[in-house]
Amino acid sequence: MMNRDELRTALIEEITRVAPDLSADEITEEASLRDDYDLDSMDSFNLASAIHKRLGVNIPETDFARLQSLAQLMTYLEKHPA
Amino acid sequence: MSDFLMPSLGADMDEAVLVEWQVKAGDAVHRGDVIAVVETAKGAIEVEVFEEGVVEELYVPVDTTVPVGSPIARLATQASVTPASHTPAEPEAAPNASVEADWQPEPSARPALEVSARTEKNDRISQTPTTPPERLKASPLARQRAARTGQSLADVTGSGPQGAILAGDLTSAAPQAPAAAEPKGKKSHAGFNPAEMRKAIAAAMARSKREIPHYYLATAVDMLTATHWLEAYNADQPPEKRLLMSALIFKAVAKVLRDFPEMNGYFQEGTYQPSPSVNLGIAINLRSAGLITPALMDADKLDLAQLMTNLQDLTRRARQGGLRSSEMTRGTITITALGERGVDSVYGVIYPPQVAILGFGKVSSRPWAIGDALAARPVMQATLAADHRVSDGHRGGLFLDRINQTLQDPEQLNQPAHQESES
Repeated sequence: MMNRDELRTALIEEITRVAPDLSADEITEEASLRDDYDLDSMDSFNLASAIHKRLGVNIPETDFARLQSLAQLMTYLEKHPA
Repeated sequence: MSDFLMPSLGADMDEAVLVEWQVKAGDAVHRGDVIAVVETAKGAIEVEVFEEGVVEELYVPVDTTVPVGSPIARLATQASVTPASHTPAEPEAAPNASVEADWQPEPSARPALEVSARTEKNDRISQTPTTPPERLKASPLARQRAARTGQSLADVTGSGPQGAILAGDLTSAAPQAPAAAEPKGKKSHAGFNPAEMRKAIAAAMARSKREIPHYYLATAVDMLTATHWLEAYNADQPPEKRLLMSALIFKAVAKVLRDFPEMNGYFQEGTYQPSPSVNLGIAINLRSAGLITPALMDADKLDLAQLMTNLQDLTRRARQGGLRSSEMTRGTITITALGERGVDSVYGVIYPPQVAILGFGKVSSRPWAIGDALAARPVMQATLAADHRVSDGHRGGLFLDRINQTLQDPEQLNQPAHQESES
């Protein structure tokens, strides 16, 4: 299982892949992916798919809708490993 | 034998830079094949051929700016193939693009090419270093290139709006990493030119407001059934198989459009021609770069899952490069869904030569009368801006109402495609 730092690295890679205009060093843990980085519903769909593919975690839509920031995603994935 | 012309790629685009040939002399080509990649203000576009034949000669070297309508290659074609018949309602993208004989054989002698080297990139580079802005603005392609070549964006002076770094800035700054060294593929063709894109949007929208007598309608749609249906559908699906509400809405629009031909087609040279196919132009925000409205082709023939897959693919290619010329020119109506950004309603500006644009706002909880009582329901504002030369408010109202009714029966929208097309 990945530790928190590994999760952060993996998630940042997937976020910047979904939104290539973001750079890894500008993503902070607490910022809202939607409001601060302008990720739209299609980006969120792609991110959920990417997390499923890379980490093997199928986050239910109702849970995913509540995960607004990188920190929240990391915490969720720590609690729900593949 | 015929000359293949640089196609128009949307209203008010008058030139493009040919950045890659995907065929060479002697290659056989078929309808729908991509023969070249061009760079425009709207990013890199794949140019398709609409004839069968054999490439005889490529007229234009890579990195050449070519005006729309100029020949770029010569094809030996079979006389029996008449490409125009495939597209009965081909739109003429811009008033000045009368040369939009697009993919039709042009027997006339090849006119002199207006060839200009791509020097503007070098002109953009300022020799004086500037203070890097707080948040570096850079196009997606520029970031990809920088990552690949190991360049620091902070060292590059951007030529875009507010100093945004464009891919071209990087290419010039790092001649040791020429474009040819990039891996072949769609990802390497994403460059947008925000300033040029802004100009193109301005021209198309100004023309629309000048020429098209818009009328506007709005209706509130109860989204309770659709929301519940979507939640139930998605609960059983892994993330990559889920649907967005947009897909459900677009599906409803495509289905209804078959019964409203006066909303789906092109008004050109004083006459309206409805389109036999339903190609939904989808307004896609390119974040810092602007807006693009590529078409979801034949949306009425797709089932819901396929429509979602195609929408995902279209969005990805709009943002990263790889849209096709047909997708740029053959939208038959436009849909803008600004609800995403919290807007309650959006009244669109029609994209000429289309005759209608639908707007969908956010789904939010609203007071809703049910019988004599009030309840809180998820409600969405649907709007229509349509061309009064072609339709009247009465028909427009029926159109919006039918979309509303169709969204009340989501299960029906989930019918397999083949049953759909028979109905």
